[in-house]
Amino acid sequence: MSALFDILASAGLWAAVLRIATPLILGTLGALLCERSGVLNLGIEGIMTFGAMIGWLAVWHGADLWTGLAVAALSGAVFGLLHAGLTVTLGLSQHVSGLGVTLFASSFSYYLFRLIVPIEGTPPKIIPFQPLNLPGLSDLPFIGPAFFTQTAPTYLAILLALLMAWVIFRTPLGLAIRMSGENPHAAEAQGINPMTVRYGAVTAGSALMAMGGAFLTLSAFDSFIPTMVQGRGWICIALVVFASWRPGRALLGALLFAFFDAFQLRLQTMLTGAVPYQIFLMTPYILSIAALAVMARRARVPQALMQPYRRGER
Amino acid sequence: MRFERRDHRPLALVIATPLIAVAVALTLAGGLIALAGAPVFEAFGKIVTGAFGSRLALTETLARAIPLTLTGLAAAVAFRARLWNIGAEGQLYLGAITVAGVSAHLLGGLPGFVQIPLLLICGAAAGMVLLLIPLWLRLRFQVDEVVTTLLLNFVAILFVSMLIDGVLKDPMAFGWPQSVPVTSEAMLPKLVARSRLHWGLVLALVLAVAVHLVQSRTAFGLQSRAAGLNPAGAVFAGVPLGRTLVLVAMISGGLAGLAGAVEVVGVMSYVTTELSSGYGYSGIVVAMLANLHPLGVVLAALFTAAMFVGADAMGRSMNVPSYIADVTVALSLLSMLVAIFFTQYRIRR
Amino acid sequence: MSENVLNIANVSKRFGTTLANDDISLTLAKGEIVALLGENGAGKTTLMSILFGHYTPDSGEITAFGQPLPPGKPKAAIRAGIGMVHQHFSLAPNLTVLENVMTGTESLWRPASNARGARAKLMAISDRFGLKVDPDARLGDLSVGEQQRVEILKALYNDARILVLDEPTAVLTNIEAEGMFRTLKDMAAQGLSLIFISHKLDEVMATAHRIVVLRGGRMVAERRAEATSKAELAELMVGRAVHRPRREAATPGEVVLEAEGLTLRQGGVERLKSISFRLRAGEVLGIIGVSGNGQAPLAGVLGGTLRRSGGDLRLFGQPVGHLSVAEVIEAGIGRIPEDRNHQGVIGEMAIWENAILERLPRFARRGLVDRKAGLGFARRIIDGFDVRGGSPSSRVRLLSGGNMQKLILGRNLIEHPKILIAAQPARGLDEGAVAAVHERILEARRAGAAVLLISEDLDEVMALADRIQAIVGGRLSPPVSADTANARQLGLMMAGEWDESMKGAADAV
Repeated sequence: MSALFDILASAGLWAAVLRIATPLILGTLGALLCERSGVLNLGIEGIMTFGAMIGWLAVWHGADLWTGLAVAALSGAVFGLLHAGLTVTLGLSQHVSGLGVTLFASSFSYYLFRLIVPIEGTPPKIIPFQPLNLPGLSDLPFIGPAFFTQTAPTYLAILLALLMAWVIFRTPLGLAIRMSGENPHAAEAQGINPMTVRYGAVTAGSALMAMGGAFLTLSAFDSFIPTMVQGRGWICIALVVFASWRPGRALLGALLFAFFDAFQLRLQTMLTGAVPYQIFLMTPYILSIAALAVMARRARVPQALMQPYRRGER
Repeated sequence: MRFERRDHRPLALVIATPLIAVAVALTLAGGLIALAGAPVFEAFGKIVTGAFGSRLALTETLARAIPLTLTGLAAAVAFRARLWNIGAEGQLYLGAITVAGVSAHLLGGLPGFVQIPLLLICGAAAGMVLLLIPLWLRLRFQVDEVVTTLLLNFVAILFVSMLIDGVLKDPMAFGWPQSVPVTSEAMLPKLVARSRLHWGLVLALVLAVAVHLVQSRTAFGLQSRAAGLNPAGAVFAGVPLGRTLVLVAMISGGLAGLAGAVEVVGVMSYVTTELSSGYGYSGIVVAMLANLHPLGVVLAALFTAAMFVGADAMGRSMNVPSYIADVTVALSLLSMLVAIFFTQYRIRR
Repeated sequence: MSENVLNIANVSKRFGTTLANDDISLTLAKGEIVALLGENGAGKTTLMSILFGHYTPDSGEITAFGQPLPPGKPKAAIRAGIGMVHQHFSLAPNLTVLENVMTGTESLWRPASNARGARAKLMAISDRFGLKVDPDARLGDLSVGEQQRVEILKALYNDARILVLDEPTAVLTNIEAEGMFRTLKDMAAQGLSLIFISHKLDEVMATAHRIVVLRGGRMVAERRAEATSKAELAELMVGRAVHRPRREAATPGEVVLEAEGLTLRQGGVERLKSISFRLRAGEVLGIIGVSGNGQAPLAGVLGGTLRRSGGDLRLFGQPVGHLSVAEVIEAGIGRIPEDRNHQGVIGEMAIWENAILERLPRFARRGLVDRKAGLGFARRIIDGFDVRGGSPSSRVRLLSGGNMQKLILGRNLIEHPKILIAAQPARGLDEGAVAAVHERILEARRAGAAVLLISEDLDEVMALADRIQAIVGGRLSPPVSADTANARQLGLMMAGEWDESMKGAADAV
């Protein structure tokens, strides 16, 4: 029992929580934005993978870290455009189109990576984001190392969550996005083009997703390994439901989830031998499924989610 | 520019659709091969010879087509009823490890013609169970099964990994962890000597025909099709939606579990975490290329297998990463979706 | 009345092979109320949708307040001062009233919405026209009448000076409808110009200054309200002397279906509250009510798709528990669903498959479908019930609404059911199809079937039913005899005003 308390009392745990949460925050925000406008984007796993790869590749080729992040975001936007074209203009099944984008984006990222980076014993590294020193805050006892020794993208992710909450609930743009996701015909009747709104939301959301992936290679770690995203994209999709499509709750949900993940990692080192490590690795996925089971019925899903909008068909 | 729903789908267009989709995918893949600096047509030639050019290549392609046919059928059966089973990968692994465990610890002594069918049934059952969990979550809690089947893939593979490290570990294998092997009586005989092609191919073909007959001739087939096309209309007509979906899930999960089981008793004899090179996910592409038709699945699986085997061979001799196969298959899915759209809608100014 | 605020000139619109609007011209003067009259499919909604920019016309021009109106853009229509109150509300149930009204009214580049200003403006309009709403209420929690008020406020908030209303009283009780028309007249007096679409002759005559009749996509007549009559309008709408079948006298047989204290609880809400009725062989029992008052739950319970929460049901004198759909059909009960597209058929499946789907046990031997028998069955229905537009193996989606309904009726009536539960059987059909449907129902009644007719159309119920009960808020009124009932009394019943002491009296009829 005291061992558990030791884990909780270590600043390292909380720092890990924020670090683990960052890609989840970005991915969930991205998925949330797409779904609020009415489009489910199952391309997230592939987009995060590609973002991780291309961001890293850009830096490996000499770009600075922020450019790498921007390149990743851009690539995400392109895949978002593809998904939007299939689901919004053509009105194809959002499920299958998203899966297709995931398969394409991941396999394409592996192909490009293998083409450019020769196979070696250990994968090549870059110098990732360093923890940002916030004068005053980073020096506080316990709180400093726990919460304020993160890299810049982490703080960016938290700010983006707050920004998105504002945009969605307090601005005309956010209202237009929400209306497109609730009743696109009503949006059209008020002079808004729901197809344009959906294109914009899916593109921007996919850019966020790719940034989440790039965080893995540019901050959390420093190299790209093909299977490194490990289903985080699907966890983000579950977290969107858990957050009831609200950015503030998405932030909290990602942090909560990251807490369990960071905790189980430390528990693993304590209990090696007693419990197989696979059990620990399973917990994030099982938790996500449980979160879905709890929230799916209660959450207020955007009513037009997954319904293609065809002009003139009422 | 508007899209207008077509009244009739010209048969020629329907048949041409997958061919057009594949052609588009291959063209785009050609671009990627050029990006690698390799001569495109020579590369395609190497893919074809790598897949069909020799006895070894042909048997290898057919052997690869077996699990792809089974996972393709699994996806086709499920998608037709609007059950989004993306968990074939996990169901496959679970089927495989069940077979290894049951043969090694329970049924090992039995003669082949008794043991093999029992093992296959066990493998199928394992796949069924794994899919019934997300289905239950959907029926009871209205949880979308896409995400749950996906997440369970990771859980299932970790579970298999755990068993391979622990209870079902092969004490005689050094190096990579692998499961105990099935007993030698439990291996399927080869169709072609000194190759990897086994009688599982016949099983896969028989199952494809069986699925087709069930879908087109039986009342259950009609009901599950109605459930997928219009659930509200199906309910009104008295189709027992829950029961129908359970049956569909059993068939779909069973087929995916069977894919894993067949790989074990046909090719590998033991299980590792590398048993499947994404057969579960490729099965979805196979199903879509076949437009969810069971007999089309056989052809689509053959094409997909040829892509993978051929690209492997090509990649070894030229400097093109073998991932080109995965990219081409993914592109085929996307272009197939677009092509299907144009069989249903025409463009109007 | 003064100068024209709206001028629609030679507008035409084609959808596929159908010419929905054929060279229509129409004017509207300031302060005028024009009614657009026509049966289903005449082109009224299409024309107004073109006006509001939902569709782009193939030819023709529209001028509003002297300025040409750019076609195909709702934004342009709104800017020109045109507002539309749609038949199926353009509202989002998950958002609040204020959010629904504010959508699209501010520039998308604004960093923050001016909710306070919007709220003030909304309440001012609400007061001016007497349309009370709570701006922070979630729209989905409001009643249908209140939601319609929001739909109207939305248009007024956008400074509409021309207001188009599509079937505004379709979902209102008589009392609410009267209130609505008072509001409309008040708006016209305040300088707004109004067009409303309707197929109800009473309200058209009572409210409009001028009536424009559309038929088959063309404008066939224009009359001042005081210079015409219901009979003339009806004939203009249909193009010939209107004749809807009427029941002849008959004596009902014994009670075949009896409900006593039927209740249904769905999602924590009481959808049916103590429903009681007696249905006899050879009679039509009409259940009249504005849609959304429990009709769908009632049809669901009786049809086998919903399980009742309490109460007794007696079938041919025997008490029964919950019957599945298969058991209901086996018992000789036919069902016509309210929504033929979503419930009645599977559009992508063939006619023969749709014909046999609900009676599969008869057409399947040992699990295998007897395709030949199914095709034959479909052929008999097509021939016997005049279903046009397809062969047994063509897809049902290709059939028109009327033919689809004939197919649905046919697959039930060809089996000579003892009981027929028909929910809104003539909804959305043109006059020809309506007459055909009514004739089939009366035919069944003549053959001794017991028909439960659930309908929101007063004329339909009065023409076909022997006895009538009103359904309001999940409750059923006592039955009244159709011979002695009048429209006024039925209107009151539909609004929930009936005398409980009448119970039992008409059951003895």
